[in-house]
Amino acid sequence: MTVKYEKTKGLTDKPLSYCPGCTHGIVHKLVGESLVELDILDRAIAIASVGCSVFSYQFFNCDAQQAPHGRACAEATGIKRVLPDNIVFTYQGDGDLASIGIAETIHAANRGENITVIFINNAIYGMTGGQMAPTSLIGQKTTTSQDGRNQADHGNPIKISEMFKTIEGVAYLERVAVNNPKNVIRAKKAIKKAFKYQKEKRGFTMIEVLSSCPVNWGMKPVDALKWIESDMIPNYPLGVFKDKGADDEKN
Amino acid sequence: MAKVLMKGNEAIALAAIKGGVDAFYGYPITPQNEVPEYLSKHLLANGKVFLQAESEVAAINMVYGAAGAGKRVMTSSSSPGIALKQEGISYIAAAELPCVIVSVMRGGPGLGGIQPSQADYYQATRGGGNGDYQLIVYAPESIQETIDIMKESFDIADYYRNPVMVLVDGLIGQMMESVDFDKPVKERFLPEKDWATNGTMNHPGKRNIANSLQIDPKALEQHNIHLQEKYNTVKKNEVRYELINFDDPEYVIVAYGTMARICRSAIELLEKEGISVGMIRPISLFPYPKEAFAKIPDKAKGILTCELSQGQMLDDVLIANNGKHKVGFFGRSGGMLPDPEEIVEAIKNFNERVVK
Amino acid sequence: MPKGKLTFDHERCKGCGLCVEYCPQKILYQDKKTLNDSGYNIVSVSEPDKCIGCAFCAMMCPDSVIKVEVDK
Repeated sequence: MTVKYEKTKGLTDKPLSYCPGCTHGIVHKLVGESLVELDILDRAIAIASVGCSVFSYQFFNCDAQQAPHGRACAEATGIKRVLPDNIVFTYQGDGDLASIGIAETIHAANRGENITVIFINNAIYGMTGGQMAPTSLIGQKTTTSQDGRNQADHGNPIKISEMFKTIEGVAYLERVAVNNPKNVIRAKKAIKKAFKYQKEKRGFTMIEVLSSCPVNWGMKPVDALKWIESDMIPNYPLGVFKDKGADDEKN
Repeated sequence: MAKVLMKGNEAIALAAIKGGVDAFYGYPITPQNEVPEYLSKHLLANGKVFLQAESEVAAINMVYGAAGAGKRVMTSSSSPGIALKQEGISYIAAAELPCVIVSVMRGGPGLGGIQPSQADYYQATRGGGNGDYQLIVYAPESIQETIDIMKESFDIADYYRNPVMVLVDGLIGQMMESVDFDKPVKERFLPEKDWATNGTMNHPGKRNIANSLQIDPKALEQHNIHLQEKYNTVKKNEVRYELINFDDPEYVIVAYGTMARICRSAIELLEKEGISVGMIRPISLFPYPKEAFAKIPDKAKGILTCELSQGQMLDDVLIANNGKHKVGFFGRSGGMLPDPEEIVEAIKNFNERVVK
Repeated sequence: MPKGKLTFDHERCKGCGLCVEYCPQKILYQDKKTLNDSGYNIVSVSEPDKCIGCAFCAMMCPDSVIKVEVDK
């Protein structure tokens, strides 16, 4: 018998702090597996953000820093500029990246910082108890949009990948989902490619991952994954938004 | 290197290079712009890092990142910019990372003005960030002293794993003096940064984490107790001050930085009139030189605190004096600098200046 | 058809049921009679012989509970 799948050495043995069925765990595994497979775990530095993933410095089996809310890309920039041969990545939720940290993220992208951003879009603030996120869907009920998000009061859900596509410094940008095995396999490929690009010093890479928050969505874990398919993906279409590597090959 | 004529802000920048700075992250703000301008040219030319960030908030978090990675790193800013940096400063102090922060004070509050001020004494010594933390704060009065402290500040930051703030005002930043960059710096034993987050390849078998989160209240209290122990060591070892004209003074002035320069002139004028006035010039604002106040003769008529603010260091003077002498206050603010004669008058009419 | 063998690190299991849902052979179930130390129902295999070693269960498990071995 040969081992086909086991817990990755890219993660520590500490049990994850996430709720049952929360797909943060799946994304953590994909990051850990990618770092191991690309043989870059021992030079990786993770930046944990604020939100549910605040504890992620305990889980990624590499050096780590824990950043103030929204500042992960600034912190990553600070590290990468002095340690250009290390692998630096941030792991941020939608509140952290798309709300309070939008400036830091845009400017890191625009400078083409050679870092990788793992952006978890679960359309809600998880850690603080289910408040509206900039990515919450129209009609989505949250603890701060109790009649459902509406455009007049709250604006439309912010589409990060569509925005970042226009930024020159971005080398690789893909939106993936982790709601079924097929999509998980795609997500793994995207995350691994982003880290590969960083290893090749191609510039800023970001993977937006549509992820679930069963507790704050008020759903069972399986139903939450079905809601990603039925409600999130139509609003946030999956796909590669930018791939400088592929573009280079074409030209 | 022989003596050279140099502008304060540029001297700060060159002294940082002499102090071994690896990286600078900052954001433009008057009156400190010559610091990043000088460094942008000279750091990059020497293979070091200079980056103009998108904001002060981003800049200080870049400092956090690079400090955590084990490098010598600094930023510089001025009053409203330092206010924006408080979030990151609190995190850096909490995570016990070394860095140097230059604060070139201007008049406040709010956007205020761009003229010299000392209205950020509270900001520097009490902190605008959250939690029980302290910066090590030096307030030099001349460009030479600023250079000497800048060069040493990286060692001090590394030694204590704590941010060091060099607090000057727009006057020191903008004026020119003849200075010497070669004065030797006190030698300190600086252990290797085995805590740096630079990849486990550099420290196999151990993960390094730069972190300020302690969710367990017991652990957080322990961390705070540890920080206080460190600050107590700083208080024991790093107090700096100068006593001027302290041979049986009738009155004692307490002033730092630019205000101390003006007070020196006032003391000379008073001496000509037969009034002997001494001065305590704090160089370290944290730790505050409380012990200097024990040297004030019992029969001295009073202590006049002089500041370019409405009275902030005054609190520390009152604490250090502990009710022993009468304490008076003289202050100008908003970027207004007093003539020495105004201080002469304040001493002559000391009783009108006494703080109730 | 390859044969798979599943091993569970039951103490890490949070009983979310994603593995059960995405098993194409429908041979996983939550054992309502057995709890782990955290109080979650653990997952068991009803018909081990039918496991094809696709590893979908392990892939969808957020908590790295499942190890998959295959006979090729």
